[in-house]
Amino acid sequence: MSMMNIFNVSGSAASAQSQRLNVVASNLANADTVAGPDGSAYKARQVTFQTQLMGANSNDPTSAGVRVSTISEDQTPGRRVHDPKHPSADADGYVTYSNVNAVEEMVNMISASRSYQNNVEVMNTAKGLILKTLQLGQ
Amino acid sequence: MLNRLTDALDFQAQALNLRSERQRLIASNIANADTPGYVARDMNFAQALRQATGNGAPAAMLAASKPGHITSSGAIDGASYSTLNYAAPSQTNLDRNTVDMDRERASFADNTVKYEATLRFIGAHVKTTLSAITGQ
Repeated sequence: MSMMNIFNVSGSAASAQSQRLNVVASNLANADTVAGPDGSAYKARQVTFQTQLMGANSNDPTSAGVRVSTISEDQTPGRRVHDPKHPSADADGYVTYSNVNAVEEMVNMISASRSYQNNVEVMNTAKGLILKTLQLGQ
Repeated sequence: MLNRLTDALDFQAQALNLRSERQRLIASNIANADTPGYVARDMNFAQALRQATGNGAPAAMLAASKPGHITSSGAIDGASYSTLNYAAPSQTNLDRNTVDMDRERASFADNTVKYEATLRFIGAHVKTTLSAITGQ
């Protein structure tokens, strides 16, 4: 039954999107963390998706799922604020915050949640079709 | 004798099979909406159905003109990869992804309705045959 593979395809995409949502959550949670004793603050993370063919036939392009290939760290330097009274201030009186951009993360979150919803809807439709197929001739 | 009853269903069965292939293909496109470099594909349904039911030669198949050549079947449940086309991007994307979500959602809904229509055709055919057999 070739339609059953839709659940694998959309399921892999939903799982990848939820991983992306997870990463957004950790980025937002760490948006205001400052540099620890080692001097490096939290770096924003970003997932990269990759196509994963899931058909019985390995080069079948009709069932292309998704997986998270890498989670990379944003290497731009963190925000530096002059605040000599802060306990984490360095010798020059600067505090280094994480390099998370909250606006970017919110956009990422909305995009991930919309894609997740799309995949859930695809699975619901496929389920309805399969159930109707099972009732064929009754 | 029995195959006369079932032969008429064959066409619809092939159509149903191809509809489910296409449904899976569109689901793959929707799944890969955020994958960098993914190229959306769609099926030329009329051509695939013609190929699956044996009317018309498959297009873009490699010709085996010499004895040593290998014929390319590449068949997926009666359909062939050669009927799959690449979608032309309506708006280009920085990550070279060509999935157009509006179009994919529309194709998905369209294919869902047509799948259900084919199911009804088959169901009605079975009902007709049954009523012909019972003769009432």
